[in-house]
Amino acid sequence: MNRVVIHAEQLSKRYRIGQIERPLQLREVLTRALRSPLALLRPVPRETFWALKDVSLEVREGEVLGLIGRNGSGKTTLLKILSRITRPTAGRAEIRGHVGSLLEVGTGFHPDLTGRENTYLSGAILGMRKQEIARKFDEIVAFAELEKFIDTPVKHYSSGMYVRLAFAVAAHLEPEILLVDEVLAVGDIKFQKKCLGKMGDVARAGRTVVLVSHQLNQIRRLCHRSLWLDDGSLRRDGSTAEVVSAYESAMTAPDVPASHGEAAGRIGPASSRTVRIVRWEIAEPVASDASPHTLATLGPVTIRLVLDAPAPLRHGQLELFLYNAEHVLLWSRQISGLHLDSGRHSLLLRFPFLPLRPGSYDWSATLWDDEFRSDRWDSFPSMLVATESLQHPLDELSGPLNLPCEFSVSPTPLIAASLRGNELF
Amino acid sequence: MAFLGTSTAPLEHSAVPSPLFHIAPQRGWLELRPRELWDYRELLYFFVWRDVKIRYKQTFIGVAWVVLQPLMTMAVFTLFFGHLARLPSQGLPYPVFYFAALVPWTYFSTALLGATSIVVENQRVITKVYFPRLILPISAVLSGLVDFSIGFLILVGVTLAYGLRPGFAALYLPFLLLLALATALGVGLWLSALNALYRDVRYVMPFLMQFWMFASPVAYPASLVPQRWRWLYGLNPMTGVIEGFRWALTGQGSPPGVLLLASSAVVLLVLAGGLLFFQRMEGTVADLV
Repeated sequence: MNRVVIHAEQLSKRYRIGQIERPLQLREVLTRALRSPLALLRPVPRETFWALKDVSLEVREGEVLGLIGRNGSGKTTLLKILSRITRPTAGRAEIRGHVGSLLEVGTGFHPDLTGRENTYLSGAILGMRKQEIARKFDEIVAFAELEKFIDTPVKHYSSGMYVRLAFAVAAHLEPEILLVDEVLAVGDIKFQKKCLGKMGDVARAGRTVVLVSHQLNQIRRLCHRSLWLDDGSLRRDGSTAEVVSAYESAMTAPDVPASHGEAAGRIGPASSRTVRIVRWEIAEPVASDASPHTLATLGPVTIRLVLDAPAPLRHGQLELFLYNAEHVLLWSRQISGLHLDSGRHSLLLRFPFLPLRPGSYDWSATLWDDEFRSDRWDSFPSMLVATESLQHPLDELSGPLNLPCEFSVSPTPLIAASLRGNELF
Repeated sequence: MAFLGTSTAPLEHSAVPSPLFHIAPQRGWLELRPRELWDYRELLYFFVWRDVKIRYKQTFIGVAWVVLQPLMTMAVFTLFFGHLARLPSQGLPYPVFYFAALVPWTYFSTALLGATSIVVENQRVITKVYFPRLILPISAVLSGLVDFSIGFLILVGVTLAYGLRPGFAALYLPFLLLLALATALGVGLWLSALNALYRDVRYVMPFLMQFWMFASPVAYPASLVPQRWRWLYGLNPMTGVIEGFRWALTGQGSPPGVLLLASSAVVLLVLAGGLLFFQRMEGTVADLV
């Protein structure tokens, strides 16, 4: 057996609600102090929540460990504690070996600096020695395919070029332990495949890797063992095949048990009367390859949301959102005056077509029942768009819209053309 | 390639025993880790390098700005405080008198403003990667040294042009600069931690800097301050630095010996307190910014 390189005992992290969203203003504190000086001595009662609760784990050298769970289940918090970015509120851990953390692509990049300068800067911030960066520099530039633009400021890069350089730097990091958070979800499918291949190399090189991903096929491909975090606690630890299938069946179960209904992402009274969305699928076109979450054709699309209403819903309101892999909001819609009898319902969203470039997308919905929020739901699994690209063959020159466009040339008399131009003014 | 490394061994450090890191809730007041700071000296260098690079890239007149700013202030001071208000200048020509104060003062104010905002400015990096946060304010006070060097060269030129010859007193200059640096770092540690906790600290900064400049002998000589207030005045470390600069460069005026001792003591206290305060904030800064 290889030696243990990560040993954590009952790690817990408590956040104050509102702490992250809004930093305090000094003048508020001073005003309060002037009004009632004694109040400062009393601790301010604040609502808190545990982002992570009593998580213990051991990772051995050379293991590739997957971390799965819904948004807000504590995966990123765990990575941040293990990489020493933040301190736990309770518990302890020991880590043997240099840790590299990839929580974001392009950490430390500055728009005014050139590709070359950013490579050195980002490399140093991620933990590389200057000498090491110099030695790998050519290799990094070649991986990013940016030889011609390496001395151009990155603010002139397209987002594709930016991501390629950022990932190339990260990919040449050689720590003993690598902590990766969802960074493989950036870019388009072609680039993701290249990154996935890279991650496979790491795994085979015998380095220890902890990988957070929503894309379960990535976890299946790369990780021997997986942890499932649910609402800040460790729900399951075991072989990837076992943990991922347990997770999948829990997430797609027609009746999610009420106990886990309060899991991350769902806020609202824990009452059995709560109306909630239980699953989603692509109802049209019917997929031939059995995956109801992959869109492979360019025609009309119908999305079905399955909703359970234990009690009748009056004056309900549904807010729908569509995000891309970088969590940029692409589309939203509000539907009010929703009246539903108790029971199970299908909500059908019909689109003439979805002009999205190939990649992974997420639906998200908020359901309001009269006054209070009844459910906040994130699509599981993500929607994969695997249609043919109608755009420029180079990834970095294609945009978010996959729109069909007919192009033609017709002879136009010179005078008519200039007249038409004048009409504009 | 890549993750595999170009070396044959799968782990580059396999020959060296791997370091052991402990992770635990923050306890106690002071956990200074000088060894760790030393380990991160290359990153410190890169932060300084980035600051300098960006500063010279962003201002379109670049280096010229560094030269022009104190020179123009000197011209304004010479005209208004010197020729119009006729403030005494210890027998020095007004341009030398003001420029010898403006060069260390400009360094100090740039370094302090930089140190105050640097933690907040680097919030993205702080929430994504670990490194000792202390190197951020340190890098801010170090990167100001580049501007200072340029200003200092011009100062020496101006001094020589007025026929003044620095003597042995010039040997005090490195110590005076170190004192200015330590003051900026000490106060900067307090303010950058406060700035991370309370986002409105930056609105106070312009006022603080203006107040501090008039509480230092930049526009007038320290001898103008009544004797009974001197002790209070001497608690401001920049008093010793600026008076010292004039004396060390021109050999005129009196050596600010006692003043410097008091200043050094104050700076050490502020620095120690700043380290403690910064360290308290360090463990949770990634949750705040």
